[in-house]
Amino acid sequence: MPGLIKLALLSAWNRRYSLGLTMLAIALAVTLLLGVERIRHEVRDGFAQSVSGTDLIVGARSSPLQLVLYSVFRLGAATHNMSWNSAERIAAHPAVAWTIPISLGDSHRGYPVVGTTPDYFTYFQHGDREPLRLASGRPFADLFETVIGAEVAKQLGYVRGDEITLSHGIGGTRLMEHADKPFTVVGVLARTGTPVDRSVHINLASMEAIHLDWAGGAPLPGLDISPEQVTRFDLEPKNITALLVGLESRAAVFRIQREINRAEEEALMAVLPGVALAQLWQLVGVAEQALLLISALVVVVSLVGLVAAMLTGLDQRRRELAILRSSGARPRDVFALLALEGGLVTLSGVLLGLLLLTALLLFGAPVVEARLGLGLELVAPGLRELRLLGLVLLVSMLACLLPGWRAYRISLADGLTPRV
Amino acid sequence: MTAADLDIEAHKNLVVRVRDLRFAWPESDPCLDLPAFDIVRGRHVFLYGPSGCGKSTLLNLLAGVLRPAQGELRLLETDLDQLSGAARDRFRANHIGFIFQQFNLIPYLSVLDNVLLPCRFSKRRANRAQEQSPSLHDEACRLLRHLDLDASLWRRDATALSVGQQQRVAAARALIGRPELVFADEPTSALDEERQAAFLALLRQECVAAGAALLFVSHDRRLAAGFDEQRSLATLNRTVPA
Repeated sequence: MPGLIKLALLSAWNRRYSLGLTMLAIALAVTLLLGVERIRHEVRDGFAQSVSGTDLIVGARSSPLQLVLYSVFRLGAATHNMSWNSAERIAAHPAVAWTIPISLGDSHRGYPVVGTTPDYFTYFQHGDREPLRLASGRPFADLFETVIGAEVAKQLGYVRGDEITLSHGIGGTRLMEHADKPFTVVGVLARTGTPVDRSVHINLASMEAIHLDWAGGAPLPGLDISPEQVTRFDLEPKNITALLVGLESRAAVFRIQREINRAEEEALMAVLPGVALAQLWQLVGVAEQALLLISALVVVVSLVGLVAAMLTGLDQRRRELAILRSSGARPRDVFALLALEGGLVTLSGVLLGLLLLTALLLFGAPVVEARLGLGLELVAPGLRELRLLGLVLLVSMLACLLPGWRAYRISLADGLTPRV
Repeated sequence: MTAADLDIEAHKNLVVRVRDLRFAWPESDPCLDLPAFDIVRGRHVFLYGPSGCGKSTLLNLLAGVLRPAQGELRLLETDLDQLSGAARDRFRANHIGFIFQQFNLIPYLSVLDNVLLPCRFSKRRANRAQEQSPSLHDEACRLLRHLDLDASLWRRDATALSVGQQQRVAAARALIGRPELVFADEPTSALDEERQAAFLALLRQECVAAGAALLFVSHDRRLAAGFDEQRSLATLNRTVPA
């Protein structure tokens, strides 16, 4: 029926202003739907890839979710710390290959400070078992040296050799500064797309050093220990926030987990990052699905708009339908004409939506990456997205059966003499 | 030849044969009751029909869009009542051309595409049009030229034309592919008197050329001059009080 398609095209073009607006609504809805789907996907990926290769995360006994939130995502604060003794004991366990201690609590201009050891740069992995890479410089070795994440470097414009001071505590604006003990940037990490990008890494000993003359969250009056003097003190930490553990063999993971959980020396908790991440995702997933649902509703609203526009137009087209009938069109041709017209409008809406999304990704991705640390790649729509688009087209075709059916009824009832 | 043979011969010459045709809209009184109404092949019939005498009902019945409640309705020896809805649509596309009072054209099609519209829905009309001219397009142009439409108008949108021009395009559409029947429903009522006569002359001339019978319905008796037959629907229709 190439003739009918041409008729439908010309007929749609004839009402291009009202249908054009409807098409624009569909295009925007499709852009939203695909955009949300894309972001959802990226967030989920980023989430799952924030830590890999770590078999257990150990911390003071609390909720596994909380432990993952602060140790991996640097969100919130630990209510309890774990002792350095326990960390050393676990590190000495024959089944344990490596450990990375993590000590949190300070920040630099909103970015969390992570006290750790050089092992962090050797063993920490993200994504698909990718180790950390330095974009420039070297890992910290000495006191008052820092290695910063890619995001920190980019946002604050730091390069190797810059001096920075850390603030005591996280969040808030009136933080006390460790102004007397500035740090030197000795390395900048390559971008990972994980919370590492937003972290400022220092030696555990440095962490101890800047807090020597502090007590209860404030500098002790009258006690001033200069950077030169700190080496005279014992800089071994008493506590850390969490410990990332890599095992010699993954097979031992449940045994070691049980051992740590049952340790009598201290109330500890060991969680499998994968399990905790999955749990966390279930929580976040609700919001994510609500977002998808809302964008799906927006698509439905735009399709309702299409049907409404077509039904309204139909009353003005009764004479046109009568002429078609007199020229030999069957009512089913009239039906097909309307359904095709709706389909064409939706199809062009979907294509325009794809185009809009591409343009948005092209121009908006750098902004999103900078603001949210979310890497949106410009890739061809995946199977899931194509399936979503197919669904939109299918729903639209079903919806356009309504104006089609109405036109069918009109052309049956009016015959050659439209009641206008 | 026997009387029966004569009768059969006469039948073959009828493009419309109506006997005791009755029609009523659901839950209302009958609005059409025709004892007999025939049109002989190629004849031009003027049907006088003031409003309210069942004119559009008759046209819709003859077009196969409405189905009669009772009676016999044969077009070209085909009993329309025996055909399915789709078959009646096909029959209409193949054998009947229509010209309405006004707004005859699809606004979003060009003049040429409007003329070619019946050929989209009827293979027979398309084939017969190609017998006349090398291509469908040529035949449409030939008709438009015969109906005095300047070639500069052919590619235009139908709505850019004057009413008189539109009616002539409608006539070309009704005549393309030489249908046996042309129904014209008040086609001149939107024209001024001078143009009425000119349009009528052109229409009848082309109907003769195409060999089509013409059923011309109008409330204006002055137009009846020159037709082969004149009838009054108000008199024929028994539901209209005399």
